[in-house]
Amino acid sequence: MNERVIEKLSILADAAKYDVSCSSSGGKRKNHNKGLGNAEGMGICHSYTEDGRCVSLLKILLTNHCIFDCAYCVTRKSNDIKRAAFTVQEVVDLTINFYRRNYIEGLFLSSGIFSNADYTMERLVRVAKKLRQEHKFNGYIHLKTIPGASEELIKEAGLYADRLSVNIELPSEKSLIALAPEKNYSEILLPMNNIKEQLVQAKEEKKLFKSAKDFAPAGQSTQLIVGASSENDQQILQLSNDLYKNYSLKRVYYSGYVPISTDNRLPIISEPPIIRENRIYQADWLMRFYGFDVKEILDEHNPNLDLDIDPKLSWALRNRHFFPVELNTADYEMILRVPGIGVKSAKKIVSARRFASLNYEHLKQMGVVLKRAKYFITCNHKSLQPYDFDSQRIRNKILFGDGAVRSPLLTQQLDLFRQVG
Amino acid sequence: MQLYTYDGTFEGLLTLLFEAYERKVWPTNIEAEQTAQPALFGQTIAVVTDNDKAARVWKGLQQRLSATALKQLYHTYLWEQPGFEMVIYQFIKLAFDSNENIEGNYTAPCVLQVQQAAKQVHREKHRMEAFVRFQQTTDGLYYAHISPDFNVLPLIVSHFTKRYADQRWAVYDSNRQYGIYYDLSTTRFITFDAAPRKGRGELPAHAKTTAEDAYQKLWQVYFDNVNIPERKNPKLHQRHIPKRYWKYLSEKQPRLLQ
Repeated sequence: MNERVIEKLSILADAAKYDVSCSSSGGKRKNHNKGLGNAEGMGICHSYTEDGRCVSLLKILLTNHCIFDCAYCVTRKSNDIKRAAFTVQEVVDLTINFYRRNYIEGLFLSSGIFSNADYTMERLVRVAKKLRQEHKFNGYIHLKTIPGASEELIKEAGLYADRLSVNIELPSEKSLIALAPEKNYSEILLPMNNIKEQLVQAKEEKKLFKSAKDFAPAGQSTQLIVGASSENDQQILQLSNDLYKNYSLKRVYYSGYVPISTDNRLPIISEPPIIRENRIYQADWLMRFYGFDVKEILDEHNPNLDLDIDPKLSWALRNRHFFPVELNTADYEMILRVPGIGVKSAKKIVSARRFASLNYEHLKQMGVVLKRAKYFITCNHKSLQPYDFDSQRIRNKILFGDGAVRSPLLTQQLDLFRQVG
Repeated sequence: MQLYTYDGTFEGLLTLLFEAYERKVWPTNIEAEQTAQPALFGQTIAVVTDNDKAARVWKGLQQRLSATALKQLYHTYLWEQPGFEMVIYQFIKLAFDSNENIEGNYTAPCVLQVQQAAKQVHREKHRMEAFVRFQQTTDGLYYAHISPDFNVLPLIVSHFTKRYADQRWAVYDSNRQYGIYYDLSTTRFITFDAAPRKGRGELPAHAKTTAEDAYQKLWQVYFDNVNIPERKNPKLHQRHIPKRYWKYLSEKQPRLLQ
C-alpha cells in the first residue's frame, strides 16, 4: 500500500467527518448473486470514534477541491488546507477490503465540487456503479447528491445507492445567503423533491411489477448545522417537521457547529453546542416516535429547548393537567408521554396489565425510571408521591435529587442533632 | 429437594421437561451432569436425552407460543448463566399450565427473566457481528477469533453466511473451543486438534498476507481521522465499546508503523 493512499485517506476522511450521518439501516439489498455483502435489515456500528459517534460506513470525500466558499465548511476554497483526490479505483479497493474484514457496512461518499456539479456527481455515481456491477457488492452505499447536479444523474445514483442525501446545512434562506453565497435554497430543495418523486414512483412500480428497479431503498436524509447561524430551536424543529412531512425524509441529522473556521461571517464560539444538539435530537425523536406535534414541544413563548432537562419532561411540567396517569388503564399514547417511560417499557406495561394489575415493583422490573416517573403516575390509584408539588419543585427534585431541597448546611446540622441524640 | 441432571444439550433439557411431566415430580434444581454435585438430600434423576420426547415438548410449545418466544427460550439456553435451566423450566411449565399465551405476562418473574436473558444474548450476538475483525491468511481464508460472554456462535452463522458468500471465512470461539467455517458452499461447526490460545488471535506474520498489514494500518488511519477532538467524550466512547471488546479491534491496538 503506498504512502500516497494513506495521506489521501487521512485528508479525505478528516474532511468528511463533519457530516454526522453514518446510518447503514433501512436497506433492503440482499446478497442475491453470491456476491459480497448484504444490506438487508438493521444497521451495524462497527466501531465508535473517541467522541462517541458510530462508525458504520467508510465516510470519505472523493476530493476536497471545491469551487464553493461556504463559510462554515472546512473545505471552502478560501481555506488554506492540503487538498487531495481519490481515483475511482482507490475508493472501490478501500471499500471492498474494509468490508471483507468486517470494518464497515459500506460506503458513504461525498465530495467537494470540482469543475462543476455534474462532473462531480458523475464520478460519485461511477464509484457506486463499479462496486455494484463489477464487484457484485451488496453492502450499503450512501451517496451525497451535489447541489445543481442534473436530474438524470440523480436518477442513476438512486439505482446503485441505498440512500441519497442533500444537505441543507443552514436552517434558513437568510443564513444561506450570508454564509454560502454560491448556494440557494431552491437548488437544494429541487433535488430533494426530485428524489422524493423518484422514491414514490419506484414504490408504485414495485407494487405493480416485482421486477421493477429499486430506487434508494433506504430513502433520503439531510443535515442541519446547529449554532453557526441565529435560528432558534423552534425554527429548526419546524423546518425538520416540514421536511419529514413534505419531502418524506427518513432522517434529519443535526450537527452542532464545530468552530473550524475563523471566517468573520460566523459567530465566535469556543466549543461545539453539544448539549443543545442533544436536546434537538431528543425533540426530533419525540416527533417521530412519541406522537408529539412540533407545536407541543416549542412555541412562541418557549422558542428554545430547556438545556437542563429533556424536552419530554419539559412538556410534562408545562402540562400538569394531563397527569397523573393511571398506568393500569391509560392509553398507550398517554403512557408514552410520561417522563421516565420509554417505548419499550410502555409496550411492556400495556401487555402485562392484561394478566394482572400492575404495582410499582412490576414497573421497576420493566425498566420504568421511577425517580422521574413517580411525579406523573399512579398505580391502582396509589401514588409514590404523597405531596402535590408544583412544577418548579419537581424540576428541582429531578435535577438535584431528593436531598437537594435542603441546603447542605441544614443537612449538616440535622446530622449533628442525630449524633447528639 | 429434587435434583435433575441432563447432558447439557437443549434437547436434553426438553427431554427433562417431558420426564418431569410424566413423573409429576418437579425439579427444584437442574444441572448439567458434567458439573453436577451429588445431592445431599433426596435423590437425583438423571435424564437421558431422547430426541422424540424433546420434539414432542417443542411441538407443544409451538402451539402455545409465538416464534419470537421460542427464539427467546433458545437464547436463554445459550445464555449459560447459573440457574438458566430453572428459568427455562419455569417458563415452559407456565406456558403448559396456562390457558392463554403467557408471553406478555411480565408480572411473572420467569417471563421477565427469559425476556431479559434473551436481550443480553441478542446484544452479544449483535456485538459479535459488529466487533469481529477478519484477517486474511496467505491461503485466502478470512479468520476471526472471539471469546464472547455467551454462546452466540450458532446465532451468527446466518449473518456471516449471507454477508460473505464469495470468500472463505472462519470464526473461532476460544472460550468454548469451537468455531464456524464457510467453504464457499456451506457453513459448518469445526474444532481444532490444537486449540488456539485465548486472547486477540493476531495471526503470526508468516500466516498473514502483506495486504493484511496494509489494510489494518489504513483502518487505523481512518479511525484516527474521523474523530473530532473538539467533541472528545471518553465516557460515551466506552459505553458504546466496553473495554472487554477492545482486544478484537485493530483500531484500538498500538499504531502500526508504515
